[in-house]
Amino acid sequence: MEKNIISLRNVSVTYGDETVLKNINLDIRDKEFVTFLGPSGCGKTTTLRIIGGFLTPDTGTVTFEDTQINNVPPYKRNINTVFQKYALFPHLNVYENIAFGLKLKKFKKDEIHKRVSDMLRLVNLTGYEKRNIAQLSGGQQQRVAIARALVNHPKVLLLDEPLGALDLKLRKEMQRELKKIQQQLEITFIYVTHDQEEALTMSDTVIVMNNGNIQQIGTPVDIYNEPVNAFVADFIGESNIMNGIMVRDRLVNIFGHDFECVDTGFGENNPVDVVIRPEDIRLISPDDAKLCGKVTSVIFKGVHYEMTIVSDDFTWLVHSTKAAEVNSVVGMEFDPYDIQIMNKMEEDK
Amino acid sequence: MKKLTSAPYLLWMAIFVVVPLFMVAYFAFTDQSGAFTLENIIKTGQYTPIFVKSIAFAAISTAICLLLAYPLSYILSTMKVSYQGTMLLIIMLPMWMNFLLRTYAWQTLLGNNGIINNLLGVIGIGPFKLLNTNGAVILGMVYDYIPFMILPLYTVMAKIDKSIIEAAEDLGCSRIQSIIKITVPLSIPGIISGITMVFVPAISTFIISKMLGGSSNLLIGDLIEMQFLGNSYNPNLGAGIAFVLMIIILIVMAVINLIDKSDSDDKVLM
Ligand SMILES: Nc1ncnc2c1ncn2[C@@H]1O[C@H](COP(=O)(O)OP(=O)(O)OP(=O)(O)O)[C@@H](O)[C@H]1O
Ligand SMILES: [Mg+2]
Repeated sequence: MEKNIISLRNVSVTYGDETVLKNINLDIRDKEFVTFLGPSGCGKTTTLRIIGGFLTPDTGTVTFEDTQINNVPPYKRNINTVFQKYALFPHLNVYENIAFGLKLKKFKKDEIHKRVSDMLRLVNLTGYEKRNIAQLSGGQQQRVAIARALVNHPKVLLLDEPLGALDLKLRKEMQRELKKIQQQLEITFIYVTHDQEEALTMSDTVIVMNNGNIQQIGTPVDIYNEPVNAFVADFIGESNIMNGIMVRDRLVNIFGHDFECVDTGFGENNPVDVVIRPEDIRLISPDDAKLCGKVTSVIFKGVHYEMTIVSDDFTWLVHSTKAAEVNSVVGMEFDPYDIQIMNKMEEDK
Repeated sequence: MKKLTSAPYLLWMAIFVVVPLFMVAYFAFTDQSGAFTLENIIKTGQYTPIFVKSIAFAAISTAICLLLAYPLSYILSTMKVSYQGTMLLIIMLPMWMNFLLRTYAWQTLLGNNGIINNLLGVIGIGPFKLLNTNGAVILGMVYDYIPFMILPLYTVMAKIDKSIIEAAEDLGCSRIQSIIKITVPLSIPGIISGITMVFVPAISTFIISKMLGGSSNLLIGDLIEMQFLGNSYNPNLGAGIAFVLMIIILIVMAVINLIDKSDSDDKVLM
């Protein structure tokens, strides 16, 4: 396992009387693809700005390869950024924008030319060298911004929603390209997105944030299968989140029925949140089921049907390849390891 | 519709811009009896040294204004937004005082028995001849016109997106490099209008030169004033000098704009 390249310890940021980052602790390993995922305003950009050196945290330390860098200015950090708002230089053309960093570092002219041309090919903008920035579409500007940062081969690349302005097809294409580049050049990527699918498919590690707090750090599989709380479960993919009582280890009670599960360490007769993913629920005959409900809608989604089933005033979301009839009564079952138990969230810490 | 709404402005322009221009031209090319003549223009040639001096003074003051105002505007534009307005107000405050009064103030400050020489006397040096020197005239011009340099510079710089500067620093620019590579090129429109707004009034300035430079220190502005109000009353010659001055200003502006243009053409070509 690679060693840590960037660490934040007890980092807090306050604007006026609003604390936007609350005691953030995280480690990012060398050559890793890390994604910050969270709703708008949760502090993703603020965290990137601290790593990039544009913002000094009010408290806490930032270290880069074991050196404290709280007060190291951006230009002395081996980090480049793709800004959320592109921030291209309006007085320079596409070529000059991309070559900017290399020229500063006094690269030879033909080396600059080669690298810039490679980048342009990569972001699909060959032939746009002499274009003015103002004459580019939003998506093209975004790709110039990616090329401008990436061309420097930094140790760490910060990307603040770099694909936000692209259409779905180009977005998927760029996702693959970025992932490939990251692996080829062995650059640490710190990536910000709203899009949970993007986060799950591209990352080695996902950091879920909410309200200035880190909710969970883990691999995409961990985050999806074992969310630590209802927020993460809800934010990552669709899920059924309900109240339950942990009767004892490996036994949980939901809606008055006991179900076997695999979780331990939640105490006895403790209220917990329970998550069951829609695709883990099987529809069976009501006679064989503990939980029965009435089907209220069926929507065809391509690969599967999405159904809502009302039972005990709770609306279940179920994905299945077989459709049930609307208004019919069905039974539901799931396996013990598909039940995910989580502690109740403390109220807005 | 468009024609209708622009009518008042066109009328205004006609009455207060075009007509006076024609009258200046008319007087410049006629003699007292109203007959066509080139005499006034030719006579203006004898004042070439004064023209040269006026242009030099205006150019020097403009340059000093730019050198002083540029860092000031830069610092101003990087300050917290909430402070910027207050600071700008403080800088502009002297402007609210009458221009004559401000120039008189300098007269008393710089005089042989003025405050500056008195203070120097306390530590045993001086008195120096400060008033009635070329330096005093340039000082007066810089003092009077520098706000016209600060305002356009500040306006342009305040509009530069902070994230562009951050991007430059991200790519390896130190603070100084980001000023040279980003702020300066993006503030060229402000520099141009600042130069225009200082140079044009500076080249035709009068009173300042008379009050701070002494009666022998004539500039074109004073010369023109004399033809209309002085004892050498000759409106035709005055109009002639004014006409030549106007041509000079137009040429200077054209050159500055040309520099600006070629600069922006470079961007597209490179
Ligand atoms: N300069 C600032 N002054 C005051 N508040 C700020 C400033 N910058 C950010 N904030 C606040 O900090 C919080 C976090 O902002 P941040 O930009 O980090 O969010 P984000 O997670 O990147 O959101 P988005 O996904 O919308 O880009 C927001 O509530 C925002 O209003
Ligand atoms: Mg953001």
